[in-house]
Amino acid sequence: MLIDYLGVREINGSLIVLDDVEGASFEEVVDIRLDDGTLRQGRVVQMEGSRVVIQVFEGTRGISLDNTRTRLKGHPMELALSPELLGRVFDGAGRPIDGLGDIYPVARANINGTPINPVSRVYPKNYINTGISTIDTLMTLIRGQKLPIFSGSGMKHNELAVQIARQARISDEGEEKFCIVFAAMGAKNDVAEYFRRSFDESGVLQKVVMFLNLSNDPIIERILTPRCALTAAEYLAFEQGMHVLVIMTDMTSYAEALREFSSSKGEIPGRKGFPGYLYSDLASLYERAGMVRGKSGSVTQIPILTMPNDDVTHPVPDLTGYITEGQIVLDRTLDSSGVYPPVSILPSLSRLMKDGIGEGYTRADHSALSNQLFASYAKVMDARSLASVIGEEELSPTDKKYIEFGKQFEQHFVSQGANENRAIGESLDLGWQLLSTLPREELDRVDDRLLDQYYHPDQKEA
Amino acid sequence: MRMNDTNVIYGINGPVVTVKESHSFSMMEMVYVGEERLVGEVIGITSELTTIQVYEETTGLRPGEPVTGTGSPMNVTLGPGILDNIFDGIERPLKAIEEKSGAFISRGSSVSALDEGREWDVALRVKPGDEVKGGDIYAVCPETPIIEHRCMVPPALSGVIESVKPDGKHRVNDTVAVLRDKRGALHELTLCQHWPIRTPRPVAQRLQTTLPLITGQRVIDTLFPIAKGGTAAIPGGFGTGKTMTQHQLAKWCDADIIIYVGCGERGNEMSQVLDEFSELVDPKSGRPMTDRTVLIANTSNMPVAAREASIYTGITLAEYYRDMGYHVAIMADSTSRWAEALREISGRLEEMPAEEGFPAYLPSRLSEFYERAGMSVNLNGSDGSVTIIGAVSPQGSDFSEPVTQNTKRFTRCFWALDKALAYARHYPAINWTQSYSEYFIDLDPWYTENLGEEFIKYRRRINRLLQEESQLMEIVKLIGSDVLPDDQKLVIETARVIRVGFLQQNAFHQDDTFVPLEKQKQMMRVILYLYRKARQLVSASVPISNILETGLFDKLVKMKYDIPNNRLDLFDEYIAEIDRLLAELVAS
Repeated sequence: MLIDYLGVREINGSLIVLDDVEGASFEEVVDIRLDDGTLRQGRVVQMEGSRVVIQVFEGTRGISLDNTRTRLKGHPMELALSPELLGRVFDGAGRPIDGLGDIYPVARANINGTPINPVSRVYPKNYINTGISTIDTLMTLIRGQKLPIFSGSGMKHNELAVQIARQARISDEGEEKFCIVFAAMGAKNDVAEYFRRSFDESGVLQKVVMFLNLSNDPIIERILTPRCALTAAEYLAFEQGMHVLVIMTDMTSYAEALREFSSSKGEIPGRKGFPGYLYSDLASLYERAGMVRGKSGSVTQIPILTMPNDDVTHPVPDLTGYITEGQIVLDRTLDSSGVYPPVSILPSLSRLMKDGIGEGYTRADHSALSNQLFASYAKVMDARSLASVIGEEELSPTDKKYIEFGKQFEQHFVSQGANENRAIGESLDLGWQLLSTLPREELDRVDDRLLDQYYHPDQKEA
Repeated sequence: MRMNDTNVIYGINGPVVTVKESHSFSMMEMVYVGEERLVGEVIGITSELTTIQVYEETTGLRPGEPVTGTGSPMNVTLGPGILDNIFDGIERPLKAIEEKSGAFISRGSSVSALDEGREWDVALRVKPGDEVKGGDIYAVCPETPIIEHRCMVPPALSGVIESVKPDGKHRVNDTVAVLRDKRGALHELTLCQHWPIRTPRPVAQRLQTTLPLITGQRVIDTLFPIAKGGTAAIPGGFGTGKTMTQHQLAKWCDADIIIYVGCGERGNEMSQVLDEFSELVDPKSGRPMTDRTVLIANTSNMPVAAREASIYTGITLAEYYRDMGYHVAIMADSTSRWAEALREISGRLEEMPAEEGFPAYLPSRLSEFYERAGMSVNLNGSDGSVTIIGAVSPQGSDFSEPVTQNTKRFTRCFWALDKALAYARHYPAINWTQSYSEYFIDLDPWYTENLGEEFIKYRRRINRLLQEESQLMEIVKLIGSDVLPDDQKLVIETARVIRVGFLQQNAFHQDDTFVPLEKQKQMMRVILYLYRKARQLVSASVPISNILETGLFDKLVKMKYDIPNNRLDLFDEYIAEIDRLLAELVAS
């Protein structure tokens, strides 16, 4: 029995309030039909007896107290799923916008998902080769990981994400099992188009599902976009056995949408006006990455977020860092000095790499090498700050070597072409070559056996 | 008078559900919400509205669905089968849930906490006519090959044993003894009992904390030791190694039982703990680590209210094993997530917020939790302890935020993790100038008795060198190290050996991941010996660069790897070599 409720009692921002509603359930989807025939969707967000608060995805513009008919759909927000998702483009709420018509659903799933039971998780160990030296060597991406890119406006995070998506190879499986889910939240039209074009050029467009909520699309839909994308990703991974790479940009816009929604509900704000449940909410997205026992697929996430004013302590990057398994931080100074990808080495980290590298995965010397590179590069920073006070000339000979090492490291190791795909062995060798410019006794993170094998100071540089 | 059938849901807002005009609930009572019987807890009552926090997703709930009271507060089942298990925040066994509902957790899974079908090899410790009181052990069974489970008379009960079952196979809910209390009422004692999670289990007497919890981590054991029954906070921004430090402590500390609470943390990390602990062998017993471990996993995407409860569930289990006479360590990772859960629920209740949106009762909740740690004489006369080690994730890595500050007030160890150290991959990244331990006074007699007086002396010297270094570094940062006189350069070089060779510890190296106290002492001895000898040379005007060229400093940096834990005799060779090389230097 479907009842239409005529009119609304109250309108506040993107929320409408209905009285005397019977049989509604929490988080249920509603259709709202305006008198002019347009159809909008909404969701029940709060209930008190027979009074129901509904969030309208497309916004409340044009809604008056009595020009609407509201109908409860009887189920929470769902996404239609089928293997045909691949190659399709949807809007932020999961409706097709590529003109190819609705997809014929094989299954439907609640977009909120359900938490993976921690005992059913498989601890991720297989590394993904991205062909980017810094990432592969120093913050290795692991299948089933969530590794965000912390960036700022104007930096080359999109290029980096595209390069990762294009070059990512899973070491032991064929490519046919690999696909990409792309979610744009409040992204500029140009950015979305850039991604589409790049996927097209590299011939993977048929392996991509896109969910686009552009910056001029309804803000409330933005809250649904990542959920739709992850629901599609989970379906492809755990039902179709594919390895799914989910790219979500920009998480900051998403969090801002959540803030707008929260304040319109009159909730008590936390830090910087973001709702107190921002952590739980972000976690409900990020935690959907992973692998599950008995299923062959995996969901790997690369969320991109722009740090307002490059501030890593802003609530969005801060909370993200506490949930995700590491982060790739981009650096404005490197970016402006023309280093691509401008990966800031020291604050970047991959928490899962320690078990996914080394013998049997990459190479036996990997872990020691990456520790040493981090430690040596940290010393470069000390030497530089000293040099900025007393001048480079006054530095001790060792410190001068560090300055030179830092320069070479940034130019040859960090920096690489946007189409350059370096094999893991190549990156590791390059790392050793650079370390060989330092005095041997400075390399205190590596044991002698490895040094004998790889430390060759006399060799000419690449 | 209870009229459960008349109570229905009135309002729903996220995890908070309200019931209108009901007089049948009491505060903190556990309730079942909705047709699916989701678990919830009463957190507020007025004459108009009863407020309930629900421990599961509320999507799909409708006003009008029933709410049923259970008549008792949120409690956990205590009995054999807790160890080697993994629970969610309200003690539901996740393995059993997996069997029931698959890889994704569905709602309303009603699975009993302990395996009811499993038979335990029970030996009765009482006979009819015995007088028993609360805490007395009436039956034991081997819960795992290394831990004996001791079933105790519930604290409030005492009387005379009326009858017992013979020794043999019994299940958790089988009655093994019957007790007649003073008023003549009969009580059946099974292998398990229930206890409300928010009430501390009573003890006979609290003791001074005079035993150290030995962790095998040099920076902790030597510089910032913690006592059994103590409390410690590990604050650190993301990426500073809180979780790694917690894992190391859980693996190596010398407690009998480990309770690891993953409170609002990453799912993949929990699966790593599961993997690692089942592979790791406990050095003392030769059995898998899981035989003495309980995991409580409430990952960040699981319901927020259960996250709030998980800390209490963990500490209640810890107290239960303490009552049996065990030393228990509970790792809570991370208490900030718990505080945020409090904030989130407080926000839904529209309470007046205090600092940064946290409720005003945050400090009192934190102190209630940390005060449940302690070393005590239990009701049955045995000794036991609960040690709490809580990680704190300060927002924006700012230690002045409310959770860190308030935790600092109620813990006596503060192991501050430092971003700069973590960036340089100096692990454990415990900053030696910001951290402190208040347990020295309690523990020094133990250290003196077991390791000799030198240990404390060495520690003091090491501390002084590090302090001197940090002052000198201020100068070095401004003008470079070249201008320092040789004796100050020597301090810097020695401090480098201490930092890299001693404080820094490699969790992945088989000898370095756990270091016995005796080796820690010997390492300090050798480092300080070199320092003393080198200082004599420096004051005899031997240039420091010549001393460095002997390679002794670099050799000491690597001694943690070069000297296996079972070859402590090698330290004397190091001393001999220092003597030899420095004598050669003087001779030339």
